[in-house]
Amino acid sequence: MLDIVLLGLNHKTAPVELRECLAFSKNESAAAMETLQKYPAISEVVVISTCNRVEVLMATVNMPEAVDAVKTYIAEVKNLPVSRFEGSFYIHDGDSAVQHIFRVASSLDSMIVGEPQILGQIKKAYIAATDKKTAGVILNRLMHKTFFVAKRVRSETGIGDHAVSISYAAIELGRKIFGSLEGKKVLLVGAGEMAELAVEHLIRNRAGSISVANRTFKRGVELAKHFNGKTIQLKEIPEHLKLVDIIISSTGSPDFIIKRDQVKGVMRKRRNRPIFFIDIAVPRDIDPEINRIANSYVYDIDDLKGIIDENIEERNQESLKGERIIEEAVITFRQWYESLDVVPTIVALRNKFDAIAETEIRKTMQSLKHLSDDDCQAIYKMTNGLINKMLHDPTLFLKSNGCHGDKSVYLDITRKLFKIDEGQGSEVRGRIKR
Amino acid sequence: MSAPKVRYSKVNMDIVIIITILLYMLSTSVYFAYLLFQKNYLHQTGFYLLAAGFLCHSAAIGYVFIKSGVVPVNNLHETFAIAGWAIAGVFIIFKYKYNLKILGIYTAPLAAVVMLIASRLPNDPEQVKSVFNNIWLFPHAIMLLIGEASFAIACGVGIMYLVQEHAIKTKNHGFFFKRLPSLELLDTVGYASIVLGFTMLTIGLISGLVYAKIVWGRFWGWDPKEVWSGITWLLYAALLHERLAVGWRGRRTAIMAIIGFVVLLFTFFGVNILLHGHHAELISF
Repeated sequence: MLDIVLLGLNHKTAPVELRECLAFSKNESAAAMETLQKYPAISEVVVISTCNRVEVLMATVNMPEAVDAVKTYIAEVKNLPVSRFEGSFYIHDGDSAVQHIFRVASSLDSMIVGEPQILGQIKKAYIAATDKKTAGVILNRLMHKTFFVAKRVRSETGIGDHAVSISYAAIELGRKIFGSLEGKKVLLVGAGEMAELAVEHLIRNRAGSISVANRTFKRGVELAKHFNGKTIQLKEIPEHLKLVDIIISSTGSPDFIIKRDQVKGVMRKRRNRPIFFIDIAVPRDIDPEINRIANSYVYDIDDLKGIIDENIEERNQESLKGERIIEEAVITFRQWYESLDVVPTIVALRNKFDAIAETEIRKTMQSLKHLSDDDCQAIYKMTNGLINKMLHDPTLFLKSNGCHGDKSVYLDITRKLFKIDEGQGSEVRGRIKR
Repeated sequence: MSAPKVRYSKVNMDIVIIITILLYMLSTSVYFAYLLFQKNYLHQTGFYLLAAGFLCHSAAIGYVFIKSGVVPVNNLHETFAIAGWAIAGVFIIFKYKYNLKILGIYTAPLAAVVMLIASRLPNDPEQVKSVFNNIWLFPHAIMLLIGEASFAIACGVGIMYLVQEHAIKTKNHGFFFKRLPSLELLDTVGYASIVLGFTMLTIGLISGLVYAKIVWGRFWGWDPKEVWSGITWLLYAALLHERLAVGWRGRRTAIMAIIGFVVLLFTFFGVNILLHGHHAELISF
């Protein structure tokens, strides 16, 4: 019987310096999967490597040997002593390995709970594994189940809801003010990663024209070019306020760039259309008093951080629901996994044959009322003998070690061939295929 | 011109009205569930229940109309029944036009409460007087009630606007922030319902003037009811004027919509109770 084993490290157990040393590139992980599968202890293997984790998922006949093999391999390839990373490694097997991979794919184990990239990264890792044919019956099943569970967690809980980045939180707020951001004119004052990211989000939401004001005009021109917008001078800002709807500011200025009276004066010309200031600068660029003017809204960096903290808290609450879904899924997976054991399969096969014989004999006996009890007994005996003879060779084959570590393949085929995965098992399979 | 004796199978219609009230109440509870759990199927169910209630309600009103040949606004019971019908109807229109789902949480209970009050009021068809049998009564009563329903919705949307604006301004995003739509949508719907309400109010008042001329021989008699109707009209006219002229919007419009509705309620009830204007017979409990 193969064991499911997962070992690796993540952002919780290893610092970034170690993670970047161990990270596998796309080609490296493909090579790793190929090499690792050649070890006798390892039957199936998938390597997952992202910036926050390196994990090796295996089906193995000999867990200690397989774990050692992986560690030695990593030490060799990455040119590091095993002792350097061994302390950061966690090893899960059986249910706990299954649960771990479910949690990772559902983004419950991520640095920011609910971030959506991880599922795609695992899918890519699995595709690489299928290319190299390093995933077999067990890991194929496990990975399909993993994708299914991850999707379920995402759709049935709110772990992906609500922004958890500054720029995205600002966009969400904008939607609560303007409804749609389509065609809204944007003014970017100053430059900075977060501010530019917010502008990119806005463009993706089909915002209207972008204008850029910057202390050094040349840098402003560059930025404007990047966003396909136009450049204005800092002193043109007050005049410009009557045209734009969203102002994102992140300059290094020690004083306010936009003052209360400037906005108040312009509101009538704007016909009171709402205006939204996003102040990412420290010290602040936008006079907070502007927030008191009707139809104008100011959010500074702390306000946005406050929203994010609330949203993260909400995601954590939702992740509890996700854990429940995963627990259920671990149980159904275990049922399938245990069915791969030899004895239950043989018993189930025998039961199936017995049940068929029983039904057929009863049907026949109804039209053969003239037979004596002894005759009936003889028929039963004969049927029993037939079943024994027919099942003899398959049973021997399954019990023998002739089929080596990959017994699970034959067990799986047997169960499919004779359709003895009744109830939950077959249902789950049906759903995964769809 | 004597009024026809209205005889209709009261029992049957009572059952239809009871079903209507039940549907409105069911819709209310489903909408409350939607407020709590935010599931799409809930507001859809709530809406269908309300629409079903509206159909029953229309059937009941239509039946009375055909049977008696006059608009059923002869007493307070019938006036309330039409008011409830108008609220549900105007909501259905706005729901289709703007897809403002959360509005149901306001209109469904409002319709249910108005109908419950109606059902508790005496319904005596004998009250029909010759004054009520006139072609001008139809636009006067129906238009005014539809207008009042629109203003009721404008008031509800205004309250939602204030709640949402407060959440955004104070940066304190609580229970309602994620449940309420954008300020822009609330403002648009509020404005649209005031425009509809004002149009209906104007038509209703004009036909009321014509009606007064026919019945009492004069357009305007400085009756308290007439004066307060005029004040209400001026209030909403001012609101619309400010919006068109200087672009009043947002918070101020929302507050005005709420004040306007309070004045409207006073014109509807208060004037009759406190100042004894005409229409008093409609407000006698």
